[in-house]
Amino acid sequence: MISAVFENYHYSVVIILMMTGLYVVFSSRNLIKKLVGLSVFQTSVFLLYITIGKVAGGQPPILVEDGHGGGHGDSTDHHAETAMNLLAGGEAKVGGAQHSAEVLYSNPLPHVLILTAIVVGVATLAIGLALVVRIREVYGSIEEDVIADLDHRYNLEGTAD
Amino acid sequence: MASTILLDIGFMAMLVVVAFAIVRLRSLFAIVMLQGVYSLVSAAWFVSLDAVDVAFTEAAVGAGVSTVLMLAAMLLADRESRPVPLGRQIGPLLIVVFAGLAMFYAIGDMPAYGDAHSPANSYVGNDYLDRTAEEIHIPNVVTAVLASYRGYDTFGEAVVVFAAGLGVLLLLGLNGNAGRWRAKPNGVRISKQAAPAARKRPLPADAPQPAPAPAAASPTRRTKKPTAKTKKGGSS
Repeated sequence: MISAVFENYHYSVVIILMMTGLYVVFSSRNLIKKLVGLSVFQTSVFLLYITIGKVAGGQPPILVEDGHGGGHGDSTDHHAETAMNLLAGGEAKVGGAQHSAEVLYSNPLPHVLILTAIVVGVATLAIGLALVVRIREVYGSIEEDVIADLDHRYNLEGTAD
Repeated sequence: MASTILLDIGFMAMLVVVAFAIVRLRSLFAIVMLQGVYSLVSAAWFVSLDAVDVAFTEAAVGAGVSTVLMLAAMLLADRESRPVPLGRQIGPLLIVVFAGLAMFYAIGDMPAYGDAHSPANSYVGNDYLDRTAEEIHIPNVVTAVLASYRGYDTFGEAVVVFAAGLGVLLLLGLNGNAGRWRAKPNGVRISKQAAPAARKRPLPADAPQPAPAPAAASPTRRTKKPTAKTKKGGSS
């Protein structure tokens, strides 16, 4: 197991980043810092997904082959393909994510999932920040301790201006 | 290949340093800007991991839009986060360490990095790669999947973004008073004691302690204090 950890140090680093974000969410009392921690956690999860979808010696999932109606010039194709063969060497020939020519692509599916997740993450972040601003309007503070204290002392449900 | 590995290690080191700095810092401005840096560095790493579309989106949305949103919220809320006492950090630290150890234990079952035959890389992703050229006629497979094969997902995402925008509007309003308006706590005082969490560390009488804050925020806080006090007198 230890050797696996050292071989896959990408996963280890991503776990460390994730746990750092989670620690910020748990430990900090400031609501904005909490949201920043959530954002760090989220980005680390994105990194985990993209790391899993990476294929060694692969290239971005943009088809370099012509002949299927793609709008590529021939010269760029050739360039990319030769560069690809140089990079991949012989061992990458029977890749899983392989196109009909000998071009290896990384898995496009995690990319699509994470694209959606990034946009949804920003949407939820916007809602969270709006809630923080509203909390600040009512309580005058964004520190959890102060908010809990005011909540304990006052019944604020009749709040009006 | 070796250069890519060095690049990867460099990006990972930067990410770890930035994340730890976010933990340690207390100035909210620095924290928010470091969050933008974190997004940008991770976008650079996405390029190295072949995810160019994700990198583009992360740089534009993660490092751009969300940083702007956070800066705006920070300007409306507060500039400095108060320090957390050391005793309150032990519990979260234990949870995080245990969760991290559990995940490290699970690394042994993960496919090797860059394995083309791992389950995640074996099935449906290949189908997309094979069929996009004939069925969608565009070279970018990610765009094809996003807009066509999984178009309903993207439609749902658009609905989520619309709902979020609507929610922000409902929460903050359109009259430009967001963050400047202050409620007066005219509710009923229900307890004479401070909250259990706050008892150890005495807070000044009633109102939240004014942090070393911008001048714009302090007068409204000052108006808040007397109302709270009169309420206290009135209800008791």
